[in-house]
Amino acid sequence: MGEENKVVLHGMWISPYSKRVELALKFKGIPFEYVEEDLQNKSPQLLQYNPVHKKVPVLVHNGKPIAESIVILEYIDETWKNQPRFLPQDPYKRAKVRFWTSFVQQQLCESLLTVIKTDGEVQQKAFGNLFEKLEVLEEGIKEIFPDGNPCIGNYNIGLLDLVMLSMFSPNNKIQEEVFGMKIIDPEKTPLIFSWLTVLHQLPLVKESTPPDDKVVAIFKFVRENALKSSLA
Amino acid sequence: MAEEVKVFGTWGSPFSRRVELALKIKGVKYEYIEEDVYGNKSPLLLKYNPVHKKVPVFLHNGKPIAESLVIVEYIEETWKGNPILPEDPYEKAMARFWAKFVDEKCLPALWKAGSSPENERAKAVEEACECLKTLESALNGKRFFGGDTVGLVDIAANFIGYWLRLFQEAAGHDLLSAEKFPALFKWSDEFSSCSVVKDSLPPKDKLLAYFKAHIAGTKAAETNASN
Repeated sequence: MGEENKVVLHGMWISPYSKRVELALKFKGIPFEYVEEDLQNKSPQLLQYNPVHKKVPVLVHNGKPIAESIVILEYIDETWKNQPRFLPQDPYKRAKVRFWTSFVQQQLCESLLTVIKTDGEVQQKAFGNLFEKLEVLEEGIKEIFPDGNPCIGNYNIGLLDLVMLSMFSPNNKIQEEVFGMKIIDPEKTPLIFSWLTVLHQLPLVKESTPPDDKVVAIFKFVRENALKSSLA
Repeated sequence: MAEEVKVFGTWGSPFSRRVELALKIKGVKYEYIEEDVYGNKSPLLLKYNPVHKKVPVFLHNGKPIAESLVIVEYIEETWKGNPILPEDPYEKAMARFWAKFVDEKCLPALWKAGSSPENERAKAVEEACECLKTLESALNGKRFFGGDTVGLVDIAANFIGYWLRLFQEAAGHDLLSAEKFPALFKWSDEFSSCSVVKDSLPPKDKLLAYFKAHIAGTKAAETNASN
């Protein structure tokens, strides 16, 4: 890898924001150096590269840092113009992708995080919110998958796919262990379920997915910490 | 070629004004439809933005788009003159980063500072000031965030450039002051007085009156709540 195109990703193995950038680079076939950050002990480089948020992921391209996962994904697509293209060429289709990406990122992810970090009545309300929003997305993606069922052959992974798959999976086993119920229910949101199934079966995604027990452990850890700190 | 360009907005909303500003910069003619968002949203608005049921909604040849910054990027990509974003991918990414920072951090912090009950206000104000300080650093000696001309970040920060100072006047607060944030304060003057912007801003008196009524209403509700 020549010095003219040096790419470094500062990330954290279980962060969905970091994961989507990692996958984006892999899908584009871009060689990169990966730096695993300990979020309890952030590296001086991370703090220097992302002084505003002090978070992962940060992409450093030829020494120039970029933060915010969706900003990074658009940058990658504009800089490395090979397939897969993460955004369509047509401005209207691009606007649709950006609209739904914003919806997933801001509304769905927010609801999911609240569900993970709370209990009792607050959690119940957050569940209600989350399922409501999943139904909105189910309806909304009908225009993206007009033929009904996304299929795995030659799937062109895009911005919305990367954002969605890094945050949600069709793995009901994990959901039932952590939440006591299905989050992505094949009966309630069949299109989202089959879409996520296709995405999570893509070889690059499969090989980047940590084993179930590790995922369950980290969810439980995040939840316990959040509940503890809300009592303090 | 007759092109249909429509904006559904409300006179006081910084979000719908973002879209109008982008169109003015590009010199695109459009039809404006005023929505009564507190009373009676039009069936068209609900049809074109079923997900959020909010303004602004942009209609181009019958195709609707919602979310102000998504619309602004669409406008940028569709009408190529007077660019709002830099061409260089890295500079573009920086602009998007700061626009996001305004939308996701600054504006919520400012709402909170302006609407917190007395006992939470000090902390909310401190957080808002931190956001403004960070945003100010992005100016870096430039006239606008976009350089010599108004760009995406200036458009995104329009609330800070115009609405905030009027809100402060109505509320008697002084969040954005020349003493605390000299560069950002100067930018807000440049922004709201520059020719392409000032014609797309809501009238000062009307907005001031609106803020005063809103603040009085909030105070009354607080008093009633504590009775």
